[in-house]
Amino acid sequence: MPILEVKNIKKNFENTEVLKDISFDLEEGQTLSIIGSSGSGKTTLLRCLNFLETPDEGTITVRGKQLLDGANPITDPKTLRENRKHFGLVFQQFNLFPQYTALENVTLAPILHSDASMKDSIIEKGKELLAEMGLSDRMNNYPHQLSGGQQQRVAIARALAMEPDILCFDEPTSALDPELTGEVLRVIRELASRHTTMIIVTHEMAFARDVADIAIFMDNGIILEQGPAKELINNPKEERTKQFLSSLNDR
Amino acid sequence: MFWTVTESLLIGFWGTLKLFCLTLLFSLPLGLFICLCSRSKVKLIKYPIRLIIWIIRGTPLMLQLLVIYYGPGIFLGINVWGTDNSGRFIAALIAFVINYACYFSEIYRGGIQSIPVGQREAGKVLGMSRSQIFFKITMLQLIKRIVPPISNEIITLVKDTSLARVIAVYEIIWNGQAFIKSSGIIWPLFYTGAFYLIFSGLLSILFNRIEKKLDYFR
Repeated sequence: MPILEVKNIKKNFENTEVLKDISFDLEEGQTLSIIGSSGSGKTTLLRCLNFLETPDEGTITVRGKQLLDGANPITDPKTLRENRKHFGLVFQQFNLFPQYTALENVTLAPILHSDASMKDSIIEKGKELLAEMGLSDRMNNYPHQLSGGQQQRVAIARALAMEPDILCFDEPTSALDPELTGEVLRVIRELASRHTTMIIVTHEMAFARDVADIAIFMDNGIILEQGPAKELINNPKEERTKQFLSSLNDR
Repeated sequence: MFWTVTESLLIGFWGTLKLFCLTLLFSLPLGLFICLCSRSKVKLIKYPIRLIIWIIRGTPLMLQLLVIYYGPGIFLGINVWGTDNSGRFIAALIAFVINYACYFSEIYRGGIQSIPVGQREAGKVLGMSRSQIFFKITMLQLIKRIVPPISNEIITLVKDTSLARVIAVYEIIWNGQAFIKSSGIIWPLFYTGAFYLIFSGLLSILFNRIEKKLDYFR
């Protein structure tokens, strides 16, 4: 059974169909990369998975449990919050909380969600996560004292601290200076090698090809092509996919 | 003579201080309430509140004092403020509270709008509730952003309290001016300036401290 089943997701904004009919499955431990040009609906899809947008139609099922049915949206905020915890999201703009240190950013939500007696072990775990991100010496720094790459690594640790089933990345390196993308990609690569289930929206084609198991090419609100990442990116079948990939190579 | 004047001005300043403190006490929270109403999705709440904000910010405070004090008697034929000093003080207080609450509400509104949506979304994807997001994430960032404009308004309020004398509320300028009639001297009126300066100076120091305290993050 796939860990994630997405079926027939449709989403309109005003009169624009942003997602037309999106369905795909993801197996546990696999990494999926979603590629496509701006405005193709990649980010909206990711936001639907994280319940930041509610699809008009379609279902999202994790480990056999249906979490969302667009035709019959959840109105109870508590259920919504519980369902949301299956997914983690790393934003393009990091969105760290500026008034908290790196460590506090990581531990804030887990501490709020559990008993006071758990606090020490949550902090221990937070330190471990930051250490894995190579940020042992930065734990007590505030976000504005960190570089973009360091901030994004804190954001990844923050998402991991919630122990989501599926970790999503929305163009995690797009807001970074080119020389800082490497350190973030390295961390994601490491997560992939440990079989963290991930969905990555990215413009880094070489990275998507090397790290992802499968890839989806989205165009104009539909999945135009999907398959093993290496195959899709090296030998795309669809004309539109070829066009898109070669336009990136031209840069 | 100097000590007589100082004593009288101190008594007057007590009136100024009372008006100042009580105005802040009520208008700061009322402003938040007005701000939430003006951001409401219910049009029947949002638009009347925005109309009121427009009227209050668009007319002189002195006029508002006169309307609140004399209005009920003239338009409704009822004397709501009684005949003694405390009635006039309450009328002045109400005018100040409404006026400042409207200004504060706009400051709050600007502050809330200036916090990136991503902050709230980050809270959401971490499974936090609306109130957790407000108290743990938004609130301190909001306070940091509104301290400078709010302190500006508060310093203005120190001086605006002198307007209350148009409806004969006793405050420091009233007492200073009284010496022109009673003793034929004008310097007590100028002397009141020292009280305003010292008080607003102390407030500036206080606000600077608060800003420094919140300087640890951006």
